[in-house]
Amino acid sequence: MAIPLSWWLTVAAALFAIGLYGVLSRRNAIGVLLGIELMLNAANINLVAFWRFITPQALTGQVFAIFVIGIAAAEAAAGLAIIISAYRRRRTVVVDELDTMRW
Amino acid sequence: MRPQLPTLDLVPLYPLLVVTGWAVLVLLADLFVQHKRALGYLALTGVIVAAVVTVALWPGVPTSFQNMAISDGQALFFNLVFLVTGALGLLVAIEYLERKDLQRGEYYALLMFSLAGMIAMAAAEDLLIVFLGLEMMSVALYVLSGSNQRDMSSIEAAMKYFILGSFASAFFLYGIALTYAAAGSTNLAQIGSWLSGRGIPKDPVALTGLSLLLVGFGFKVALVPFHWWTPDVYQGAPTSVTAFMSVGAKAAGFATLTRVLYSAFSPTFTTDWVTVAAVLAAVTMTFGNLAALVQRDVKRLLGYSSIAHAGYVLVGIAAASPVGVRGMLFYILAYAFMTAGAFAVACAVERREQSTTTLADYAGLAQRSPLLAAAMLLFMLSLIGIPPLIGFWSKLFVFRAAVEANLAWLAVLGVLNSALSAYYYAGVVVQMYLREPGRSPAEEVAFRPWRSALAVAVFLAAAATVVLGLWPGAVVNLLMGV
Repeated sequence: MAIPLSWWLTVAAALFAIGLYGVLSRRNAIGVLLGIELMLNAANINLVAFWRFITPQALTGQVFAIFVIGIAAAEAAAGLAIIISAYRRRRTVVVDELDTMRW
Repeated sequence: MRPQLPTLDLVPLYPLLVVTGWAVLVLLADLFVQHKRALGYLALTGVIVAAVVTVALWPGVPTSFQNMAISDGQALFFNLVFLVTGALGLLVAIEYLERKDLQRGEYYALLMFSLAGMIAMAAAEDLLIVFLGLEMMSVALYVLSGSNQRDMSSIEAAMKYFILGSFASAFFLYGIALTYAAAGSTNLAQIGSWLSGRGIPKDPVALTGLSLLLVGFGFKVALVPFHWWTPDVYQGAPTSVTAFMSVGAKAAGFATLTRVLYSAFSPTFTTDWVTVAAVLAAVTMTFGNLAALVQRDVKRLLGYSSIAHAGYVLVGIAAASPVGVRGMLFYILAYAFMTAGAFAVACAVERREQSTTTLADYAGLAQRSPLLAAAMLLFMLSLIGIPPLIGFWSKLFVFRAAVEANLAWLAVLGVLNSALSAYYYAGVVVQMYLREPGRSPAEEVAFRPWRSALAVAVFLAAAATVVLGLWPGAVVNLLMGV
């Protein structure tokens, strides 16, 4: 039994929404990073689902998803490095406490 | 059977390859070279080589690299803007990092990687390349803004830039996925022909994709209401980084935004995005200028001013005509010289132990170093849009394009905004020329052209502001061929 496209899109949209909620509600920078990863992977599910259902003859969606996985890894590496350097300096990874600049 | 490799026409991508290869070279040389300053000059050589290659490729070819890249006049023009910005950014950094005791090899390598990302963005003809270039540029910039590990505001800037930047990337990627669903392709030209030909008229999936892409672009080029990271990041990041990214990242964002709107979402969605762009332009320039009025820190003031200028650039895009695109291209070139120059002066004025410069630090600058003050005066006048400086022509071109496109209200609002902006730019001039220096004046680097790299950068930017202002025809002729 094949799972229809709409199910995949619903899962992806739900994952995106969960990630979005995580980014907006988490005060811990690592939690925020996790939320962003969920959002990126939601888009990945979409890309692969659209490849399977819309353009199965061309590999565009799959290749795109592989690129995104690589890019997300690079982004997470840079992000964690930044979080570590903030922790070394302030002994905190809570985003709200990084507030030396205000207008 | 041997797999058939596709033919890759790499010649139009030589600028990108030169910059990427040179970045790796700088990274390797970092292992052996003790004097990190030399790496700055090595990187600068690479930027100059890439600029020569770009000029040699003029006027470019339509598409290359299996239709995934495009190297037309517009892409090559943007390449030149990025390379000029990169060169100014390197010249500023060589001296600034020395004073701040931050001289490290990876700074120069990261700057070049980010430059490569920008060039890829301007050359993108496929959403995959757009995303790849965007991330290549952004990740390098996140790390660069946090490169002053001793300064809490630099780390804070990096953190804010990283979180909001990758948040925006996620929206952008979701938009790409929906656009791919609507058009069955990620190639910009194919998306355009599908949507206007066989696609459903006003396809809601494509429209949602377009909106999410606009949110992503809005973050990257700092349009109101997606601009909240800008002032903090511009203020907190090391000033040499701000000088580079305030121009480079914005120019790259606009390069791709233009390509996506004009090639993929025209003509089916033109009326939709013209409305959105016009409203965003109006809100962005007004908010940027109003917020800049109350700033006390020069880097933050220039940050809000850069938001306002993103609004003016968007006026050119909203005109949705070749005249508008040419106006936008001219504006970005002008903006590169004015803003990079102003941040270079901010580098020179900045004290060794702090990362920000208040307006009070500029008091009496005209007496302490007259040439530096004169250069800053030129940049401020040009940012206001006083003739005959380059900033005047850039505003004239985008506003004229808006009037021709029946957006006269936007042009009027733009002119009013320019008048408003004169107030805070003049505030800097008043500090420099009419106020007595404070008790402990900031210690600028002495302004000795040809002796210090920073001074060379300021001199070049100031010279371009004046010369291209007196002979705008040189650039206009170039743009007519784009």
